[in-house]
Formats: sequence, structure tokens, C-alpha cells
Amino acid sequence: MAETINEVKFSDAAMAEIQRYISHYPEGRQKSAILPILHIAQAEFGGWVSPEAMDRVAEILNIQPIEVYEVATFYTMFNLKPVGKHVLEVCRTGPCCLRGADQVIDMLKQKLNIEEGGTTADGMFTLKPVECLASCGTGPMLQVREKYYENLDTEERVDQFLEMMRNSEVETPFHQRPEAKELN
Amino acid sequence: MGLKILTEHINVPGIEKLEVYRKHGGYRSVEKALKTMTPEEVVEEVKTAGLRGRGGAGFPAGMKWSFLAKPEGVPRYLVCNADESEPGTFKDRYFMEKTPHSLIEGMITSSYALGANTSFIYIRGELMFILRILEKAIAEAYAAGLLGKNILGSGYDLDLHVAPGGGAYICGEETALLESLEGKRGNPRNKPPFPAVKGLFASPTVVNNVETISSVPWIVNNTGAEYANVGIGRSTGTKLISASGNINNPGVYEIELGVPVEEFIYSDEYCGGIWKGKELKAVVPGGSSVPILPKDLILKTAAGEQRLMSYESLSDGGFVSGSMLGSGAFIVFDEDQCIVRNTWNYSRFYHHESCGQCSPCREGTGWMEKVLHRIEYGHGHPQDIDLLVSVAKQIEGNTICPLGDAAAWPVAAAIRHFREEFEWHIKHPKEATAPGAVYRGQLATVTA
Repeated sequence: MAETINEVKFSDAAMAEIQRYISHYPEGRQKSAILPILHIAQAEFGGWVSPEAMDRVAEILNIQPIEVYEVATFYTMFNLKPVGKHVLEVCRTGPCCLRGADQVIDMLKQKLNIEEGGTTADGMFTLKPVECLASCGTGPMLQVREKYYENLDTEERVDQFLEMMRNSEVETPFHQRPEAKELN
Repeated sequence: MGLKILTEHINVPGIEKLEVYRKHGGYRSVEKALKTMTPEEVVEEVKTAGLRGRGGAGFPAGMKWSFLAKPEGVPRYLVCNADESEPGTFKDRYFMEKTPHSLIEGMITSSYALGANTSFIYIRGELMFILRILEKAIAEAYAAGLLGKNILGSGYDLDLHVAPGGGAYICGEETALLESLEGKRGNPRNKPPFPAVKGLFASPTVVNNVETISSVPWIVNNTGAEYANVGIGRSTGTKLISASGNINNPGVYEIELGVPVEEFIYSDEYCGGIWKGKELKAVVPGGSSVPILPKDLILKTAAGEQRLMSYESLSDGGFVSGSMLGSGAFIVFDEDQCIVRNTWNYSRFYHHESCGQCSPCREGTGWMEKVLHRIEYGHGHPQDIDLLVSVAKQIEGNTICPLGDAAAWPVAAAIRHFREEFEWHIKHPKEATAPGAVYRGQLATVTA
């Protein structure tokens, strides 16, 4: 176990960001920073949080690993299994459906040949329908990391979007993540 | 064009920058409050304004502020609820993205009124890009002496931080939000004690919505009495409305409360009418949890009076024939939309978002989703409609937080106003499940 923990190493930039979040809370309340740190971990380590990453977060916050697990499993943004290079978080809630979100999800399933929650064979895309993303005026829409892609109301727009994603590199706020070879 | 209290300068190029924001009168309320008013005077102005919580509940903000306990030597906190997750609501995201300093100014002035020296903006995790916009603006405010120690030489200190959530609708409920902000699962707390007595880190805390807090600077600059002159009756001021669904102009609109619903739907100044020349079928006027109303009841009350965009008018008739202004999420359905499918969609949402703490909500939302799913997909039983009504009734009022009510209301209302449509699905499963099939009143027709 200790060996795997050692493999989980945050970049210096990410560590600085983690320390900044911890500093926002009063003495003895460092656990409050757990959500921002899990976001940082997910961005750093290939779009998901592994048990080893969670253990490392517990170590940084000086809390029990279970306190990290129970939080990471409660909040749906944290992927607890490996994901594709681009996770397509498509809004599936009412207002977007009034403007065609169901059709967009069906299109993506068909074009990528995957089910909801699945990852394409080449490791490029994971399809993750999610609940309302507060972008109801510009639906159907989806999110990939920190970006919203809106008004995907025609097949042409969906095709354009996929083409663009196929040719785009993953950017994280902390460092340029290397190709996710282990997933290919 | 009505008065714009929140969005007057929202389309000014560069308004997200401190320099431009100040050039347009930004941060005047901080100067005025910190240098010429006592905290109590600011609270009084907000009370006089009649400003009501803009997150959905509509509770008077000034009264909420005056409940804040002030024991000696204990820190107090102001927490901004930017966890905007109610389906149909996107006003806060739009507002923070365009004019982050408006919220920061509101946070400073409001924190001063409450005597808080550390304040937080809790923003839903999906909006990480907005968090970065806010953090950039906060850094500018620190550099300009508007945050930190001895703000503008007034002797008042304030630190302001932004904290992201992790994707959980329940964290919009204020005690779940506080749990989440403390780094825990978002399980709502039992009340009492209320956050005003024991909130964040067990200290007295006020939690207010983005729009509520952002309305405070105008009130401080122009007086509460002036604010109370805007709007209608007890619905004072302006409100951001998130308009979505089958309309020509979806988007965020700042309206003076009291605009007629009909004007809001059909005027080119607002929604611009129903898209593709279709007919209006129904509206959910205040976010997915409030009752849906059919065309005749959204345009006019049961008594035949014109329905207005205000807290009182939208709730006229109670849940028998009325609804709620809620968060101001105005979701419009055209004639081709299926109410059963839509209700199932929302029940799936609430099932997905139930924190699981209370049995009626954890189990009941799942039951409702399952039953609605089978009706929608042509496997409904004749007794299913009554079963849904019964489950909804047993969730409502029997849970720690209002998520249970929020899950029960849309189901109960859809059945109340569109019972025939549910019956048609159950009696004619083949027709109802045909592609593009929609129930159109007494004469069931199928259109491709």
C-alpha cells in the first residue's frame, strides 16, 4: 500500500494550490478543503480519483482515509473508475430535454458506440449523462472539464463538437497532462 | 424597459475588471456603508427594502439577518449560496460570469452589516470556470484595498474565499451546504439549531443566495425605501428570471416584479413567444420543484385575474390552482411536449439527488421514478396514478429538508392538472409510446 501511495505525487503547482485552499479555513478545520483538493487530484491524475489518490488526500489533510472515501463517493463529480481522455458530461434534465437533450444523448451513444457510463475502445471518450448544469437557456449542452459546449441542437453541431474534441489536448489548470496511454 | 438594479452595466465591455466596474459606479456601497453607516443601519435598510431571498424560498432577507446571534468573542460568517442547481435556474451562473464584482461588492457590504470577518462563496463544483473568474476578481479587490485588513481605512477587516462543491443538488439546501463547506457529505442538518445560531464551524451564520447579496449594494446606495418602491406589493424590487424551454428567446431577464406573465411569455422584450409558431401548453414558473400550471392557469388565476410575475400572484390559488415564483426559473412547454415524460425526468432527478438520509425521500423518490418510468414506457397499471399521489403525499412534510417536498410537488401537480394525459398513457400504451406521440386533449391523436 505504501508503495502505491508514493506513486501519487502532486505537481508543485497543484501542491501550492492545495495549500492555498487549506489556508482559507480556521485552525483545525483543514478538512474543509477536501472538495477542492479532490478536484485538483482528479485533474492531476487522469480525470478520476483512485483509492491511492484518496489516501494521499487523507495524508495531506491529516484525516482518516474513510473521511475522504465517504465524501468522494457522495459527490457525483468525482469519477471513481478510470475514464476516457474526454468525459462528456451531457445534461439530461428537463429544460435541456425540451430542446432535444435525449436526442443528443442517443446520437452520442450511436456515434461513439457506447452506452451511458461507457468509454470508447480507443479511450478517447466517456459518456456520462449528468443532471442540470445551470445552462438551461443554451441547451442541449454538455460539459468537458471546465468548459461548457452549448446549443448542440443539430447533428451537424454534435459532429463538429466530436471532431474538435478528437483533435484537442487535455488541459488542466495545473499542468499539461501526458497522453493517457494506460487507457488506450 | 424596466429598471435594472442588477444588470444595468452587465454588457459593458470589460465589466468583469475592477477598473471598469468602478468606473460605472462599482464599490460605492462599500465606501458608503463602511464610512458613513453602522452595521445596524445597513440591516435596517435591507429590512425596509423588503428584499426577499432570491434562492427560492422568498424569506425576507433583512429578517433573516436580524436573527443572527451575536455572542461575544465568537466569529460570525456570511456564506453565499452559489450552488445554483435547481433545474431551470441559470441566472446566478450568468450573473457571476458577466459581473463578478457585483457579487463581491455585495459580499463586502453584507459581511460588514453582519459583522463577519471571513466570508465564503460556495459555488457548485461544475462551475469551476466561474470560480476562477471570481477568484481573479477577488484578487483585484484585495489589491485595491477593498478586501483584507482595514478596508478603505475604515478599520473593518474581511477575508473572502470561494469554495467549490462536488456535484450535489442537495448542497443548495443551506445546512447541507454548510456540511459540505466543512468537508463532509451534504446531509442536511436537523433544525433547530438554525444556522443563525449554530452554522458554519458551529458559529452564527447567514446563508444568502447570489442574487440576494448582489441586490444589497443598490439598496445601500439608493435606500431601502427606494427599493421598496420598485415591484408590486410585498414583491419588492427586481428579479432575475431564467427563461428556458420552448420559447424564441431563452435567457436571463431582469424584470420589475409585477410584469404580467402573458407579457413575459409573448413580448419580444422577454421570451418572444413560443418557438416554431407553436401553442403554449404549460409552464413551470419557479424551478423544477414548483407545481406545473397549464396554459389557462399560468396566464390567469382561477378567479380570472391576470397572473403576474410576483411571489403573491404566482402562488394565488395555493397548490390547487397556483404555483410559486421560487428561484425564478421559468420553464415553458409547447404543445408537443409530453407531461408524463417530463414528470418522469424530474422524478429521476430528485431520486438521483436525494441524499438518502430520510427514508420517505430516499425510498419514495425511487418509487415515483419507477412508477413514472413504467407509465411513460407503456407498462403502467390502472392504479398507478393513485399510487403516485399516495407516495407523494407520504414524502411531503416528512423529511428533514425540503428536497422531499420538492420531489413530491411536481408529481402531484402534474397529476392534478394533466390526469387525463396519464390515464391515456396507461390505457393506450401502444399509441402513447409511438415516436413523437403526444396527448392532445379529449381526442387522442398521434403525430409523427
